[in-house]
Amino acid sequence: MTVTAAAELSDLRSFLHGLPGVDKVGVEARAAALATRSIKTSSKAKAIDLAIRMVDLTTLEGADTPGKVRALCAKARRPDPADPTCPPAAAICVYPAMVKVAAAALAGSGVHLASVATAFPSGQAPLEVKLADTREAVADGADEIDMVISRGAFLAGEYTRVFDEIAAVKEACGGAHLKVILETGELGTYDNIRRASWLAMLAGADFIKTSTGKVTVNATLPITLVMLEAVRDFRARHGRIIGVKPAGGIKTTKDAIKYLVLINETVGDDWLSPDRFRFGASSLLNDLLMQRTKLTTGRYAGPDYFTLD
Amino acid sequence: MPKSSSVKALAEPGRLSVRKTYKLYIGGAFPRSESGRTYLVDGDNVALASRKDARDAVLAARAAQPKWAGATAYNRGQVLYRIAEMMEARRAEFTALGVRSSEVAAAVDRWVWYAGWSDKIAQVAGGANPVAGPFFNISAPEPTGVVALVAPASLLGLVSVIAPAIVTGNTVVVLAAGPQVAITLAEVLATSDVPGGVVNLLTGRYAETAPWLASHDDVNAIDLTGVDHPDVAAELERAAAGTLKRVIRPVTGGVDFTADPGLRPMTALLETKTVWHPKGY
Repeated sequence: MTVTAAAELSDLRSFLHGLPGVDKVGVEARAAALATRSIKTSSKAKAIDLAIRMVDLTTLEGADTPGKVRALCAKARRPDPADPTCPPAAAICVYPAMVKVAAAALAGSGVHLASVATAFPSGQAPLEVKLADTREAVADGADEIDMVISRGAFLAGEYTRVFDEIAAVKEACGGAHLKVILETGELGTYDNIRRASWLAMLAGADFIKTSTGKVTVNATLPITLVMLEAVRDFRARHGRIIGVKPAGGIKTTKDAIKYLVLINETVGDDWLSPDRFRFGASSLLNDLLMQRTKLTTGRYAGPDYFTLD
Repeated sequence: MPKSSSVKALAEPGRLSVRKTYKLYIGGAFPRSESGRTYLVDGDNVALASRKDARDAVLAARAAQPKWAGATAYNRGQVLYRIAEMMEARRAEFTALGVRSSEVAAAVDRWVWYAGWSDKIAQVAGGANPVAGPFFNISAPEPTGVVALVAPASLLGLVSVIAPAIVTGNTVVVLAAGPQVAITLAEVLATSDVPGGVVNLLTGRYAETAPWLASHDDVNAIDLTGVDHPDVAAELERAAAGTLKRVIRPVTGGVDFTADPGLRPMTALLETKTVWHPKGY
């Protein structure tokens, strides 16, 4: 740990509250302005393929079955069965109980296997339970863990507790990558999102992720912009590159391309890779495939020609 | 009678005229063309639809289709009758655009005629089939889905292609030929309890937009009644073959819309679902 990091930790509260405030109007205007960029033809084709490679194909439902998870894994490996030039998705994201099934289905494919853990989505469980949840998922074959922070503790100002939890889960992950879900929809303000981002990064997150997808407000462009600025500043200060994953509510190719523009304009090329940026989504992939088909065939594609899950 | 005289007729000395821009009708709203283009028709500004407007219209039609098809036939009939009521109240607007009074009346009556068919077509186009086994065997007509219509120019022709398509539960994307008359009809539809997206109306040149609809994977049928050139019709039919769309070919010499339409306009856009149900003894 660097000297500055140690100093930041010694007084987490004053460090987090000493971060500059977010200009709400400014960040929303900036995100809206960047969203008007027009990406066409060959740039669009590249953007679509990049976005497909960034998708964490997600199924987090009580009704998930091994069959559904296997079908989703097949889709992640080969999103468009009719077109071998279509790249695979970045990862599959499932509940811990489904990790074994997914691991078998993804073996040797290069597609990562992410599992939500730590009492997803609420995070309201004892630490021991959360750690056991994490260890189990990693033991079953997950190489990425999506954990949720205790928003209750964060909002109550117990930053050290949240920090220690993230650090403990990171340790339980072993070699697996840790994505920390801030659940920005429950944090209330951009200032809180900036603080939570820094807190997660200081505690050892490899990725910071916006949302569980289980609350009404999910990923938005301004929220992602605030988080991208946080990872940019964190890199400048600590030299470590942290990834960002917006999740929930990103449904169309148009939306996805807006995020890519946002990355390019905020943190630059270094983050335009599946190792640094992911989309947590399920229906987005089909729209990307439809747009891709439109570009390759020259006619509009329809949802009837793509798998549901 | 001069076309588009409605504004001029109302102009009073010393008052600035309030001129109307004829916009598209997509998903129950009246947007301008995504392309920002307009063209002049008889002195009026009319939105010139692009392929992206056609794409948006298909999305709106697809989104509206399950609910419209799921509404009871009785309800759809009421909505069609409501269109007739609203159109009756706006007859003067159509005649001011140069449509003959008798044609407006015939168009209103056509809505009423199709409204009556909504809860009867299933009995006529479907039924119980005799089979050699212990089963009830029942065939029932179901809507084809999203239908693209290249509409003829006349008001009666326009109504005569839209009404049979929507009465059975299809939703439509209409490429209209007479833009002011068509958009005035859209204003009727917008105030008639027709759910947004059931009828979507684009003005402009069908030669530009129709090929995109003909090849569109999410369009289930295309009606080429308003296509006035056989080569274009053949080209569109070829494009439609890629997804095995139903195609209604244009009639050489035109259709006499004043005649009894018969069932064909409705049945052409229906699929037959047959169910085998075991019968106990």
